[in-house]
Amino acid sequence: MSLNELYREVILDHYRAPRHHDHLDSPDGSAEGKNPLCGDEVTVEIKVAGDTIVDIAAIGVGCSISQASASMMTEAVAGKSREEVAELVRKFKVMMSIEDSAEPVVDPDRPGASLGDLEALQGVRKFPVRIKCADLPWITLTQALEQ
Amino acid sequence: MTDLAHIRADFPILRQEMNGYPLVYLDSAATSQKPTAVLDAITDFYETANANVHRGAYALSEIATDRYEEARTRVAGFINADRREVAFNRGTTSAINQVAYGWGLYNLKPGDRVLLTLMEHHANIVPWQLVSRHTGAELVYVPHTESYELDLEAYHSLLDERVKVVGITAMSNVLGTINPVRQLADAAHAAGALVVVDAAQAVPHMAVDVKQMDADFLAFSGHKMLGPTGIGVLYGKRELLEAMEPAEGGGEMISDVQLDSSTWAEVPHKFEAGTPPIAEAVGLGAAISYLEKIGMDAVRSHEVDITSYALERLGEIENLTIYGPADMTNRGGAVSFTLADIHPHDLSTILDQRGIAIRAGHHCARPLARSLNVPATARASFYIYNVRADVDALIDGLHEAREIFGVA
Ligand SMILES: Cc1ncc(COP(=O)(O)O)c(C=O)c1O
Repeated sequence: MSLNELYREVILDHYRAPRHHDHLDSPDGSAEGKNPLCGDEVTVEIKVAGDTIVDIAAIGVGCSISQASASMMTEAVAGKSREEVAELVRKFKVMMSIEDSAEPVVDPDRPGASLGDLEALQGVRKFPVRIKCADLPWITLTQALEQ
Repeated sequence: MTDLAHIRADFPILRQEMNGYPLVYLDSAATSQKPTAVLDAITDFYETANANVHRGAYALSEIATDRYEEARTRVAGFINADRREVAFNRGTTSAINQVAYGWGLYNLKPGDRVLLTLMEHHANIVPWQLVSRHTGAELVYVPHTESYELDLEAYHSLLDERVKVVGITAMSNVLGTINPVRQLADAAHAAGALVVVDAAQAVPHMAVDVKQMDADFLAFSGHKMLGPTGIGVLYGKRELLEAMEPAEGGGEMISDVQLDSSTWAEVPHKFEAGTPPIAEAVGLGAAISYLEKIGMDAVRSHEVDITSYALERLGEIENLTIYGPADMTNRGGAVSFTLADIHPHDLSTILDQRGIAIRAGHHCARPLARSLNVPATARASFYIYNVRADVDALIDGLHEAREIFGVA
């Protein structure tokens, strides 16, 4: 297990300079996620037009994995349709071994081709206690979408 | 300094490797490791003496009962109490719940106050909140000063005739702060309040004398003092225990049961409903013998040595903030800190890769974390089996964390 696989540069970059980190004006949906054990917190807000998530914000405090995952998620989600977002959530959870799938979702020969920056989070799989950190913003996104 | 390096050999778990490194266990405030003497006492009990207690009129049950009651005598001696003032239970949490539900529920009224410190562990907060829903009593908190000591001025000004119970941690599991329990108890008694002491961190690490403290109730856990999990102690002054209601009912705690009411067994048995943790009590007895052999003064001076070394080495790291008293005279071996903008969880993961176990989070003291204005801290905590090399390993690991996170 290598710490370099976990703390990729791109993860530290998102941790230090989180994207979409300002509250939205009158969001259409929002949810708060908390991990009471470790104190990670993230609020996800979305703006929807028709079927599209036109804007998204994730604001929180917590470890580098939870906050980087939130930041990368906002970049991946913004501008996508609900259906596309649902597929993204599925792929993320498969990549993180949170959900099972018959087929791999990430092609090791084409890094970034499937999930972009998010693929940097794959290293978290080798640190099982941290998977829930990476998953927190995604659980919260799903709740915000259900509103 | 007392050299306790040789006792590491008594703790089998310390021979293990973790992630390819020798285990460096720095989480004794959460739970302590167990010496062979304790493990052997538990095995021996099951192999030679196991039966239910206070029940069977046969030799084996008498042997089991004797062992269980011997453990009670040991505990009583350890804290300078009478053996009838020592009730066994699951741990600090269940002991404080017994006081809240056995005393608080029957004696608190609307308008009354429960005065707690902001340093309390959830175990000395939540039971009072639960009971307040029935009694209407209000919870009030004493803050800490900027040097992480209890704000005595605030304490005295909050201590008025409305206060019926004062709940104090003798030693904070986050800040390490040792509170002046006797002084606080004298003031509380003068104001007509009872004092409930959370001694989960104090009893394992320093000599505790309930009479000298003048505690009305005092709670601690076996697992933090080299004993097994599942056993804890509620001490209460005899007359208070006599007057207090049991929070749990069932077998072993009655003197007679009629169809719609019962009378209770004598103290402390009326607080021990059901089959108690017998082997665990025996294990706690063995842990106390082990600690007594070393001597609590030697335990304390070893921890003063190692903690002051840790404070000194941590103090050398730039951008590292320690949350707790700087001076060893009023602090124990729990050292909470943050390092630059590296989240404590990330620190914990990085250290874990080097076999170093620390705690990250709010340490079951959310109100305190909020008043410190940090969502989480890292905590290293020490016990008799830790050595200076453990501190050195921690420091090396923290330097690696700085490198990984590019902290200048
Ligand atoms: C100060 C303090 N009080 C109470 C507790 C709760 O102890 P237990 O979980 O053994 O009931 C702990 C430890 O977790 C503690 O450190």
